[in-house]
Amino acid sequence: MNTREYMLGNVAIARGIVEGGGRVISGYPGTPSSEIVDTLSKMKERDFYVEWSVNEKVAMEVATGAAMTGVRSVVTMKHVGLNVAADPLMTLSYMGVKGGMVVIVADDPGCHSSQNEQDTRKYSEFSLMPCLDPSTPQEAKDMIPYAFELSEKFELPVIFRPTTRISHGKADIELGEITEHRVQAKFEKDTSRWVMVPSNAVVRHPHLLSIQDGIREELEISPWNELTIKEDSKIGVIAAGIASVYAKEAIENLGVSASYLKIGAYPVPEGLIKKMYEQVDTVLVIEELEPIVEDRCKIIAKDMESSVKIIGKTDGTVPRVGELNVDHCVKALADVFEIESGLPEIKEIEMELPPRPPAMCAGCSHRATYYAMKKVFGKNAVFPSDIGCYTLGIQNGTVDTTLCMGASIPVASGIYHSGEKQPICCSIGDSTFFHTGMNGLLNAVYNKANITVAILDNRITAMTGHQPNPGMGLTSTGEVTKEINLEQLCHGLGAEFVEVVDSFDVKATIEAFKRAKDYEGTSVIISKQPCIIYARRTGVRLTPFKVDHDKCVGCRMCVNLGCPAIEFDKETKKSTINTTCTGCGLCAEVCKFDAIKEVQK
Amino acid sequence: MSSKASKFDLVISGVGGQGAILASDIIGKSAVLENYNVRAAETHGMAQRGGSVVNHVRIGCDLGSMIPLKGADCLLALEPVEALRYIDSLADDGVVIMNTEAVHPVTVTTGKAEYPDVESIVAELRKTHRVIAFNATEKAAEAGSRQAMNVVLVGAVSNFLPIKTETLLERVKEMVPPKTIDTNVKAFEMGRSMVE
Repeated sequence: MNTREYMLGNVAIARGIVEGGGRVISGYPGTPSSEIVDTLSKMKERDFYVEWSVNEKVAMEVATGAAMTGVRSVVTMKHVGLNVAADPLMTLSYMGVKGGMVVIVADDPGCHSSQNEQDTRKYSEFSLMPCLDPSTPQEAKDMIPYAFELSEKFELPVIFRPTTRISHGKADIELGEITEHRVQAKFEKDTSRWVMVPSNAVVRHPHLLSIQDGIREELEISPWNELTIKEDSKIGVIAAGIASVYAKEAIENLGVSASYLKIGAYPVPEGLIKKMYEQVDTVLVIEELEPIVEDRCKIIAKDMESSVKIIGKTDGTVPRVGELNVDHCVKALADVFEIESGLPEIKEIEMELPPRPPAMCAGCSHRATYYAMKKVFGKNAVFPSDIGCYTLGIQNGTVDTTLCMGASIPVASGIYHSGEKQPICCSIGDSTFFHTGMNGLLNAVYNKANITVAILDNRITAMTGHQPNPGMGLTSTGEVTKEINLEQLCHGLGAEFVEVVDSFDVKATIEAFKRAKDYEGTSVIISKQPCIIYARRTGVRLTPFKVDHDKCVGCRMCVNLGCPAIEFDKETKKSTINTTCTGCGLCAEVCKFDAIKEVQK
Repeated sequence: MSSKASKFDLVISGVGGQGAILASDIIGKSAVLENYNVRAAETHGMAQRGGSVVNHVRIGCDLGSMIPLKGADCLLALEPVEALRYIDSLADDGVVIMNTEAVHPVTVTTGKAEYPDVESIVAELRKTHRVIAFNATEKAAEAGSRQAMNVVLVGAVSNFLPIKTETLLERVKEMVPPKTIDTNVKAFEMGRSMVE
């Protein structure tokens, strides 16, 4: 029977969790990690518990609680999410676990969909938790059951770090057996293990250090590292994670002979590195992002008093920023071998191409809210914002700052307390507000920040692929649950001025923003309207609009909204509405000439 | 020169929402059924919201999913500007298959940038490569739905893939919404007949 299936990397990872007997899986959505929990949540038959938590710190703590009882647990997040969860992570390594726990952190070299490109392997060094770094989606799936075993053997969580090209890559995957890992959850009281007061922490820290050699020895012989010695060559290549397949292809394409060490687990395999040093006099280290393997290689060479020359990022042969690819590896190898790279010459395209940045969708309610906000506060106001689809408002002039999840409200407060004279109105989405925005609002009210907070409530976590959040009344698996009322929540956090508006009722939204601006203190506007993509998927259809060309004077007011459904004909100097119109009606609202009307059926 | 690491390297470019992922899924799944190893890379997340997207599909490859520069055997473009934007991925002897129906980005609709004349895009591409250009969106409309444009182009590229036509057609039937099977089969066949 053919058990090979064509799958997305994240779907393969979800399969790995099932094969490995994961019992409690939590996470917070973030590209490129989201489809792992999405896949598990959509499975019709489940013998595990899965949840979208409200943020990564909470998710990490939920998985920790589960692992304390002896069952296998997983937490998933994107790389920057680990910063939020770093507090539990750093003490969890002292505390350790009973059931196997895998911390899945998806990195995004090249910032495809992220605000930075930090390297999670640094957290592995920092926390002293081992880290697995897959080179293909198949290996990603196969590593998960192994990670559970490793975690249980050393009673320490294991970090698993795919990158965008693993998580959002597709490949033919050979499925494995599903482990019959049946453990009855039982929390056993043991304050020396589970209560990290100073007297216990000072005992657990040396314990954590004492198991490092054992972990290194275990990983050294794992299938994730692979050494091939070429006796006819004095050059060696050490490549880690996904860079190892790029390096392999580059070696094949150039037809050079080199000893080759693929690394898929950290701490790095010192024995294999030393074996390579016995054969070669030059080593090229290829890895994405930080020079972690490279630095270890240098330390090992120094300890051995080896004269081997180590080439990599420090000397500029391999780039430290962005994603790597086969071409980078070909170039680096050609440099080391002192041969022609044979890389093709790339000619500049002579024609000027229009940029195509991502934009808010036709009918996105954020566009309407931003229009009202800008109309009331004026373009000189300061508009701190946050992370979500609404960050695309950068095109509309209503996103002046974006730092990290939940930063909009505190940044707005700081700008206010500095003495800035312009009015300040910040924006944050519903899911981001639940994530870390709430603390910011509490702080703003408590410390009397005179700012307006707009919560752009599109009733879902949209950017990462429409995951439910506490405002929806649905869990990750679609079960009905308590719907958290944002208005009550804001009142609970101390805000006295809280108004809820319909984003598409532009006039009412403008009036509400006016009152919020005049209010002395922290005012909150909750602008509510479901994400248009999700609404349409669930069957909502609004009547589209069209432009009456007899009335259109070509003032471009509608065009300036930046809606993909509105086009401007340079010949006729008139606007037209294309087939992508979803019927939000914002353009009809802004047209001063009454030229935009619903299409008559 | 295409890479030794893969039998056939395909780049699919377009605009978020045009169905580039379904097109690469039909091809990838078919290739796996014909016992090839497949590696593919996709654009998800932020760039998907109406942005420029590019997928790589490597048939008969067990290494990485990213096709080296000038390594692709074929560039399948769902939109004209997105053909020219990714031309560096195509080998000198590779072929461009492209839809001539333009989708204007917001930078153009708001007047911040100009959209070049589609004929001049095709002419520019023809200076260096073999180009098969036609309005796949109109063909799809003829078949029954403009949304079947991606399947028209899968039909066109099927002439070059090392995969049996029947295998691809079966995947089309399996992977499109049941109500649209007839339209999509027609769309596939119309696309397939566009290549001499």
